[in-house]
Amino acid sequence: MSDSSSQPSSNKPPHAGVRFMEWLDARFPATETWEYHLSKYYAPKNHNFWYLMGWIATVVLVNQLLTGIWLTMSYVPDGVNAFASVEYIMRDVEYGWLLRYLHSTGASAFFVVVYLHMFRGMMYGSYQKPRELIWLIGMAIFVVLMAEGFFGYLLPWGNMSFWGAQVIVSLVGAIPVIGPDMMEWVRGDFLMSDITLNRFFALHVVALPLVLVMLVFVHFVALHHVGSNNPDGIEIKDHKDENGVPLDGLPFWPYTVTHDIHATVIFLFIFCAVVFFAPEMGGYFLEKPNFEVANPLKTPEHIAPVWYYTPFYAMLRAVTYPLLGVDAKFWGFVVMAGAIVVPALLPWLDRSPVKSIRYKGNWSKWMLGLFVVAFFILGYLGTVTPSTWATILSQVCTLIYFAYFVLMPWYTRIEKTKPVPDRVTSL
Amino acid sequence: MRQKLASLSLQLLLAVAASLVFAGANAAGGSNYPMEAFDADLEDLPSLQNGYRLYANYCLGCHSLKYQRYERTADDLQIPHEVALEQLVFTGQLIGGLMTTAMDPNKAKEWFGAPPPDLTMVTRVRGPEWVYNYLKTFYVDETRPFGVNNKVFPNVGMPHALLELQGVQREGCLQVPEIAANGGERRDPLVAGQTITHEQCGLLYVEEGTGLYSAEEYDAAMYDLTNFLHYVAEPSRLQRQRTGVYVLLFLIILGVFTYLLNREFWKGVH
Repeated sequence: MSDSSSQPSSNKPPHAGVRFMEWLDARFPATETWEYHLSKYYAPKNHNFWYLMGWIATVVLVNQLLTGIWLTMSYVPDGVNAFASVEYIMRDVEYGWLLRYLHSTGASAFFVVVYLHMFRGMMYGSYQKPRELIWLIGMAIFVVLMAEGFFGYLLPWGNMSFWGAQVIVSLVGAIPVIGPDMMEWVRGDFLMSDITLNRFFALHVVALPLVLVMLVFVHFVALHHVGSNNPDGIEIKDHKDENGVPLDGLPFWPYTVTHDIHATVIFLFIFCAVVFFAPEMGGYFLEKPNFEVANPLKTPEHIAPVWYYTPFYAMLRAVTYPLLGVDAKFWGFVVMAGAIVVPALLPWLDRSPVKSIRYKGNWSKWMLGLFVVAFFILGYLGTVTPSTWATILSQVCTLIYFAYFVLMPWYTRIEKTKPVPDRVTSL
Repeated sequence: MRQKLASLSLQLLLAVAASLVFAGANAAGGSNYPMEAFDADLEDLPSLQNGYRLYANYCLGCHSLKYQRYERTADDLQIPHEVALEQLVFTGQLIGGLMTTAMDPNKAKEWFGAPPPDLTMVTRVRGPEWVYNYLKTFYVDETRPFGVNNKVFPNVGMPHALLELQGVQREGCLQVPEIAANGGERRDPLVAGQTITHEQCGLLYVEEGTGLYSAEEYDAAMYDLTNFLHYVAEPSRLQRQRTGVYVLLFLIILGVFTYLLNREFWKGVH
């Protein structure tokens, strides 16, 4: 792509490509957009592994959109035929098995990458001023993604699809007074049925992907307006050369792009290893009872959500006390919803003068460490059948999870932080 | 600090990997019968063909494979269509038809309490090991409606369809040799060649001469049958794995070039 303003003056008519770009730029901000978002968009040069996740998430999103479109070409959203249509895709559609595994593995990969991406933000304080809005948009993406996964999980109409959706929809029924009516309204029927399947299909395939793509676009726009954070948590825009170029920044094109291309290949290697050699992932990516058709009369021995919901599911089950005369299930639902949404408050909970964990005090480091450990334990507990010790442990971990957020205004203020360097250090 | 963070990231990655690789703990339970291992071999065509033959003759009358087509099965197992139609399709269907059963589900419900389930993906739901052991552990139990019970699926509502092959299997007490510390059978020091035995109960044994197959032949036949069901559960499995090898090889080669591309662009950057 050439910069039309820097053409040397000569009598020769300009090259056809140049003339085309002039014509285009007069009608559409092509060169301007290219420069603003790529060739003159500066990313901190100390970006490390964690900063690849946003890009990988985009790659997975594209994978989900493309494989999803092709899956809908053969999938039948119908209570009688849905399950058989998935097996039709697996057996009779050319490379249907590949489309399906790319999509089902992609769902899990999406959450792996998004969790790492969010953890990066927490670790380096990427939610702090001036990036509060990027963080909030990201949280909205996360919530929509969870909904998208939930609606999509019903579509194969396997027995775990049916019962998993049944469990989550029944949470609505625990809302006092209006619950039962609302549950019927959500399902569109007195039980999970063809009607429910069809509306989940509409939401999964049309409504939420639209919202998701728009939110991701806005996420990018906000990011490119303020620029990326980095592992040191300092602003590269504070130090610019005479041309206004950040001294610690490198243009996105070609520097970030070449990194991202190589990272994509490494990611695809791991991703394809799962797709081609372990698409069920031992029952974690594709649950075994879901290879049986939905059966309202046969409850699976053990109903467990897919792994990416299990930390929150464990928190739902951790609440065992009825309160104010309302069922414990309702409060479990409140705790679960709270756990999903509470990270959105981070920009206002963090009172530290520094952004990055590198320069924060011991309190922040310990709390973040505990938070991660609690999250993993909760994730495990969400997969097992409830028992006394499991309930107690999940209650402790739920408290740790919330303590990380609720106590943050205090521990980030009292701890002793380290001096932040003026310019970025290396990785 | 940097090293600390690097090790933190590494630990996190390992934790994520471990939580993902963690083998599925939610397998179908029900009994604590010590299962014999099963190692499928989808490249063993004679085994798959024999399994298909057994399934068509002994199982398909009640248990459909309704997501799978005769044609796909015949092609994958390299059985000519005419042979398949003549010897393996008993419902007068065309080769492109789904492997359904002619049994009326309402009558089946009357007969068995529940219609016999479709088994297309039984090895994906319960695992091939479960199926293999299930097929081998029917035993006489007069208290059950069909006169037989099963070790891995207690109180199953199904007769022993392969009785004529296996013969009458009973549960009882047998004299089993004692195992010495060195792993061999313990010999009686007083009587030359005599093994020391003790009585063990709850063991399965087949009454001699009651079945068409010997114990070894029956085991081999059940291996073939399970192997076939493992194939039917995911007929594209071999193609998936073979394609996967090429995909990963391609990505490795592509990775070399993207690495070099990256290195070239970042040469001057410090």
